[in-house]
Amino acid sequence: MGQGATEFSLDPATALASGEPPSVIRGRSPWYLAWRRMRRNYVGFAFLALFVVIVAACALAPVYAKHVAGTGPDANHVLAIVKVNGKPERVVSKGGYFYKKTGELCPTTASSSECVLISSIPVGPTWFGAGGKYVLGADANGRDIAVRLLYGGRTSLIVGIGSSAICIVLAVLLALVSGYFGGWIDFVITRFFDLFYAFPVILLGIALGSALAISGFHHFGISIESGSLWIPTLVISYVEIPYVGRPLRGQVLSLREKEFIEAAISQGASPLRIMFSELLPNIVSSVLVFFTLIIANNIVLEAALSYLGAGVQPPTPSWGTLIADGQQLIVSRPWLALAPGIAIVLTVLSLNVFGDGLRDALDPRAKVKVGR
Amino acid sequence: MLTFLIRRTIGAVLVCIAVTFIVFLIFIVVPGGGKLGTAERIAGKNATPQNVINIEHDWGFDKPLPVQYWRMMQKMFTNNLVSYTSQQKVLTQIWEGLPATFSLTVGAGIIWLFFGILVGVISGVTAGRLSDRVITVLALIGISMPVFWLGIISRYYLAEGGITTFFPDGEYVGLTQSPLGWLSHLVLPWLVLAVLFIGFYGRVLRGNILDTINEDYVRTAKAKGLSPRRILIKHVLRTSLIPIVTLFGLDFASVLGGGAILTETVFDLHGVGEYAAQSISNFDLPPIMGVTMYGAFFIVGFSMLVDLFYAYLDPRVRFS
Repeated sequence: MGQGATEFSLDPATALASGEPPSVIRGRSPWYLAWRRMRRNYVGFAFLALFVVIVAACALAPVYAKHVAGTGPDANHVLAIVKVNGKPERVVSKGGYFYKKTGELCPTTASSSECVLISSIPVGPTWFGAGGKYVLGADANGRDIAVRLLYGGRTSLIVGIGSSAICIVLAVLLALVSGYFGGWIDFVITRFFDLFYAFPVILLGIALGSALAISGFHHFGISIESGSLWIPTLVISYVEIPYVGRPLRGQVLSLREKEFIEAAISQGASPLRIMFSELLPNIVSSVLVFFTLIIANNIVLEAALSYLGAGVQPPTPSWGTLIADGQQLIVSRPWLALAPGIAIVLTVLSLNVFGDGLRDALDPRAKVKVGR
Repeated sequence: MLTFLIRRTIGAVLVCIAVTFIVFLIFIVVPGGGKLGTAERIAGKNATPQNVINIEHDWGFDKPLPVQYWRMMQKMFTNNLVSYTSQQKVLTQIWEGLPATFSLTVGAGIIWLFFGILVGVISGVTAGRLSDRVITVLALIGISMPVFWLGIISRYYLAEGGITTFFPDGEYVGLTQSPLGWLSHLVLPWLVLAVLFIGFYGRVLRGNILDTINEDYVRTAKAKGLSPRRILIKHVLRTSLIPIVTLFGLDFASVLGGGAILTETVFDLHGVGEYAAQSISNFDLPPIMGVTMYGAFFIVGFSMLVDLFYAYLDPRVRFS
C-alpha cells in the first residue's frame, strides 16, 4: 500500500497519513434536536405567547386596578353612579321580577314560571364607554368584574403553578427513590400511589379541601390558617402526585437496568449521585412535559374545587369562585359567568397545545398522559 | 381462576381497609390541632355548645385515636352517620341519590364511548386532512373546558332561555315515574359530562390508530388485498381499542364514584354528588365523609370486577 491510500479507506491512520484533515462532525445534544423540532411548531409558540400574555395581564392586575379602573378587587360600589357614554347609570340597580328569556321586567300579571326574582342588577359591560371603569360590568356588590377577573387570574395561576411545582418535585423524588431502590421501598410507594387511584381526584380534593377549610392545618410546627391559599395549593398538589409519580417511576425503573447505571455503581457512585446526576437528567424531558400539562390540569381542578367551595375561600377572587358568583346573576348578566370561564379555557388550551408540542419535540415516542 | 378470584378479593378488601384509614386521617387527624376541636368541626356552622358536647362524647373525641377510628367506622357501617346540619342519615341520603347519579353516568358513558371512538377513528383515518385538524382543535377545546362551566353556560343558553328553552331546566325525573321525562331531563347533562371524555378518548384513539397502522401485520393485510374497511375493523381497531376499554373502565368507575359531582350540581340532579356538594357550602362534614368512603369502596369493587373480566378473557392476566 504505502502511498496509495484510497478515498474510501475507513482506517483513520491511513486517512490521517493522506494528509487531509478529518471532517469535523459536531455532536448534537438531544436538547438541540428537540429545539430543532420545536422551532417549526409555530402553533405551539403562538399558544405559549398567549399564555405569557395571560400571565402578564394577571400579574399587572394592581396596575390595571389603580390606573385604569380606579378601584380595588374587593371595593364595593353599590351606591355609586357611573357615566356610560355620557349617560349616568347606577352601578347596581334595584332588582325585581324579570323574564327568564329576555331579561326584561315582568308585569305583575305574568305567570311566575316565566319570571325570576333577581335582587339587584349590576351594570353590564361598558366596553370602555366609561373610561375603563366596569369594562366587563360589575357584580351584585358593585365590584368591577374586569379587576376581579385579573386578580382572580392571579390566584388561579398562583395555585395552579404552585401546586404543579410542589407536585412535580414530590413525584420526582418518590419516583427516583422508588425506582432506584426497588424492593420494599418501591412496594410501599407504589401501594401508596395505587391507594389514591381508589379516590376520584375531585372527591379527594373536596374531602381534603373542605376538611381543612374549616380550621386550617396545624401539625409538625406548620400552621396554615383556614382561607390561606396554601390549603388549595397543597391539596391539589397532593392529590395529583400519583398521576405524575407512577409513570415517572416506570421510566426510572427501566433506566435503572441500563448499562450506564451499572457503570456508575461499579465506579462507586453514591445512590444520591446516581439518582440526581444519572437518572434525573434522563427523565427531565418527561418532567418538563408533565409540568406544562399538569398546570393546565390543576387550574381546572382549582376552579372546580373553588366553585364547590372547597378550594379558594371568599372573598379572595379566583376564576372558580367568580364563576360561582356569576351563576347567581346569569339570567340578567351572563358575562359574569362567561368571562372567567373563557379565561380558564384560553389559559388551559394554551398550556395543552404548548405541552403537546413540547412532548412531540422532546420525546416523540413517549406516552406521557395526565389523568383527571 | 378461583385462586385469582380469591387473591383479587383479598387485595380489594385490604385496599378498602386502607381507604377507611385514609378517610379517618383526612377528616379527623389531618385538620386537627387548630382552634376548633374535632367535634366543633363536625357539628357544622349552626351548632349549639350542647350539640358539640354530645358529638364529642358520641364520637369519642375525648378518647385516644384508635377509639375514635372505631367509633367512626361503627357509624359509617351501621347507618348511624348523621349530618348535624340537616339531621338526616347520610347513608339513606346517598341511597336516595343513587338512581340519579347512576342514570347520569351510564348515559354519559355510552355517549362518550360511542362518540369518542367515532371521533378517534375519523381523525385517525383521515390524519393530516381537514377533518382531522378540525376534530383535533375541537377535542383540545373540549378537554380544556371546565365541565361545570360548560354545564352552567349550556343550561342557561339551551334550557333557561338564553337562546332557547328546548331542553328542560335541570332536575331529575325518575325513570319509573316518566321514561320520557327521564330522558329529556338527562340529555343535556349527559352531553355536558361526555364532552371532556369524547375529546380525551378521541385523541388517545387517534394516536393508537396511527401507531397500529404502521405495524407489519397491517401491511401484510393490505398486501393480501383485504378491503380497507376490513383492515380497519379487524386488524387496526382490535388492537387500538384495548387501551380505550381499560380507560373506560377506570373513568366510568371514577365518574360514578364521585366524579359526576360537578355535573349533578350544575343541573340540580339530586344525585349523590350534589348531596356532597351542598354539604360543602354548609361545611357539613359527615355527608362528605360518607360519599368519599363509599365512592372509594365502589371504585375498588368495580376495578376488581373489571380485572376479573379481564382474567376471564385473557388467561395470562391470572398468572401475572
